[in-house]
Amino acid sequence: MKRKVFQFLGFMLLRTCLYIVLAVLLLFLYDIIRKGGGAISWEFLSQPPRRGMTEGGIFPAIFGTFLVTMITSVLAVPMGMFAAIYLNEYARQTRLTRLLRLAIRNLSGVPSIVYGLFGVILFVNIFAFGTSILSAGLTLGLLTLPWTITASEEALKTVPNSYREGALALGATKWQSIRTNVLPYALPGMLTGTVLGLARAAGETAPIMFTGAAFFLPILPKSLGDQFMALPYHLYIMATQHHNILKVRPLAYATALVLIVLVLGMNMTAVVIRYRLRRKRRMGS
Amino acid sequence: MERQFDEDLKNLRALLMRMASLVEESITQAVLALKANDERAARQVLEREEEVNLLDIEVDGACLRLLALKQPMAGDLRFITSAMKIGEELERMGDLAVNIAERTLELIKLPPLKPLIDIPRMAALAQAMVRDVISAFVTGNEKLAREVCCRDDEVDELNDQIFRELLTYMMQDSGNIARAVGLILIGRHLERIADHATNIGEAVFYLVEGKTIKHHIETRDRKNIKLTC
Amino acid sequence: MSELLKIRTENLDFYYGAKQALKGVNLDCPEKRVTAIIGPSGCGKSTLIRTLNRMNDVIPGARAAGRVLIDGLDVLSPKMDVVELRRAVGMVFQKPNPFPKSIFDNIAYGLRINGLRDRQKLAEVVERSLRGAALWEEVKDRLRDNAFSLSGGQQQRLCIARALAVEPEVILFDEPCSAIDPIATAKIEELIFKLKETYTVVIVTHNMQQAARVSDFTAFMMLGEMVEYGRTDRIFTNPANKLTEDYITGRFG
Repeated sequence: MKRKVFQFLGFMLLRTCLYIVLAVLLLFLYDIIRKGGGAISWEFLSQPPRRGMTEGGIFPAIFGTFLVTMITSVLAVPMGMFAAIYLNEYARQTRLTRLLRLAIRNLSGVPSIVYGLFGVILFVNIFAFGTSILSAGLTLGLLTLPWTITASEEALKTVPNSYREGALALGATKWQSIRTNVLPYALPGMLTGTVLGLARAAGETAPIMFTGAAFFLPILPKSLGDQFMALPYHLYIMATQHHNILKVRPLAYATALVLIVLVLGMNMTAVVIRYRLRRKRRMGS
Repeated sequence: MERQFDEDLKNLRALLMRMASLVEESITQAVLALKANDERAARQVLEREEEVNLLDIEVDGACLRLLALKQPMAGDLRFITSAMKIGEELERMGDLAVNIAERTLELIKLPPLKPLIDIPRMAALAQAMVRDVISAFVTGNEKLAREVCCRDDEVDELNDQIFRELLTYMMQDSGNIARAVGLILIGRHLERIADHATNIGEAVFYLVEGKTIKHHIETRDRKNIKLTC
Repeated sequence: MSELLKIRTENLDFYYGAKQALKGVNLDCPEKRVTAIIGPSGCGKSTLIRTLNRMNDVIPGARAAGRVLIDGLDVLSPKMDVVELRRAVGMVFQKPNPFPKSIFDNIAYGLRINGLRDRQKLAEVVERSLRGAALWEEVKDRLRDNAFSLSGGQQQRLCIARALAVEPEVILFDEPCSAIDPIATAKIEELIFKLKETYTVVIVTHNMQQAARVSDFTAFMMLGEMVEYGRTDRIFTNPANKLTEDYITGRFG
């Protein structure tokens, strides 16, 4: 009897935690939607800011975030996947590789501001890209890389060894066995992890602050060497640095809302990709 | 590792030994009945026959069951197939002992034809062969088994001798025919008993060595070699 | 022995790191015959068979010494093309491992990675391989179905067909029936009888009765050493070594 009571209490505790988390989340969303929903309009989404960002829209910020995420993915996605393939399939399990893996895991815990400073030194100064989309994108790419590598490695690990062995036993080379028998089945997991990483990168402020984001650029960037506006940075400025914070508060909330929707959208995309690819696999293509 | 199967094998061996001792006793009594004109001994041989037959059926059944259920291999397999064979041979020896007893009962009613010399000698040889081959089975003595196989020739020669002698008796006087034929048949039965003892010897040799010496042919490395005595 | 030897190992040693798994093993596998390798768990039979097509190479720290001669060529030599070796020496694993593709694609896999693209030819080879594995009649109408929709026994025959498609000369079976039901096992044993008309077969099995039913030659191994080797009928009626006799009669295992 006592065991049943304990079990009940335990479940109640767990359920309560869940409800608390959900409640906080919903409260959070509600607050943002209430305070910022009013400012959302087609004009807001498609127009550049005017009059010191007190009026107008945030289109350049949306565009900028989009561009910089593209650069990030160009760096982080292929490099991350291939690094993961090398680590998991080819590298011999020596102390060196274990150390390497530990370092990669740790990198994902480095504060994003540190990445930002590193980006300034490396991309802005040493490579002389200057403050630009390129520098910011590459910095974010470095931030995302450990994430991508880890997620891809995990995905590769879930592919049963029997697929690899079966291919090898038929006279496939190692690369052939990976290409035809491992990658197709690890891809859903790899992509999912990668898109999740990109979603995180899209919302980062610190790494892009010194490497290329500007707070007022009504014209769109013409090349990768230009500075750009970005949603998270824009939000930061409007909430803390603006000369008339109170007036632009609704705009800030609206920006936050747009950012959340964007990140949510990317996460949903990741889930859908995984679902679709898994289903295709099961149908036996 | 002790196996349940070892228990089964022990039981099978016990069955065979029981059968062997019965058959040995029957042969002894049949020969005794002949030498001493003992009607009672002869009748006892006839009575013992049923028990021997029942044991034969039991041995067959046990072997078949073990083959079907236990999938025996190697030494176990050879033991079981040899056991089937030995059981058969023992059963026929039992039949022959009965035949001798039946002939004896007929001869007892008639006056003796001649003093029996060769037949008892043949009987002693055959009995010794039976006794030794059973001992070889019990102790797994393949040398003894092989040696018994070689004694068969002597028994055959004695049988021929007996036949020739009794033939002259029959040619002398047709009144002797009935008794002479009876004795010839008894000689024949004893000769067959010796043959069956030889067969048992071959089976024992195969059981122990895994090589056959049947029909005086020995196979070694898939080549057939003539057996030398 | 008057049989032509397809495979012969000479003083084969094998190490997993510091641990020695095979000690001076001399195995003969005559051509177009079935050679069975039996022995208790851990005796090294899987290690031995996986050395024949160098599948052990993928295990870090694995090392072989001695010679493994197939058609007179030492396959352990560094000059050996391992990829070509594995095409010529096929393997069927303990647990059926069809690829998560269609039945057709499973069998065509080996051909495609070797560059064959002609659809007509692929279809021909797929049919021939499935017939060779006694599976054609059962799957001819559903070649595009996922391989996982087959039963365990059918999946294993699919793996056999897949190995046959690349036209090997030797087929290695590593305990092929231990994960499937008795009737499917019987089908595969019948298949092995047919296969030995064309291929040299080596089969590792922990089921002695299976070795007795299926093989022409049997090797008994224990603790990494070859204890006895000979014709199957002799090994199972009159083994020369007492260890072999004890193992075969179930006195230990």
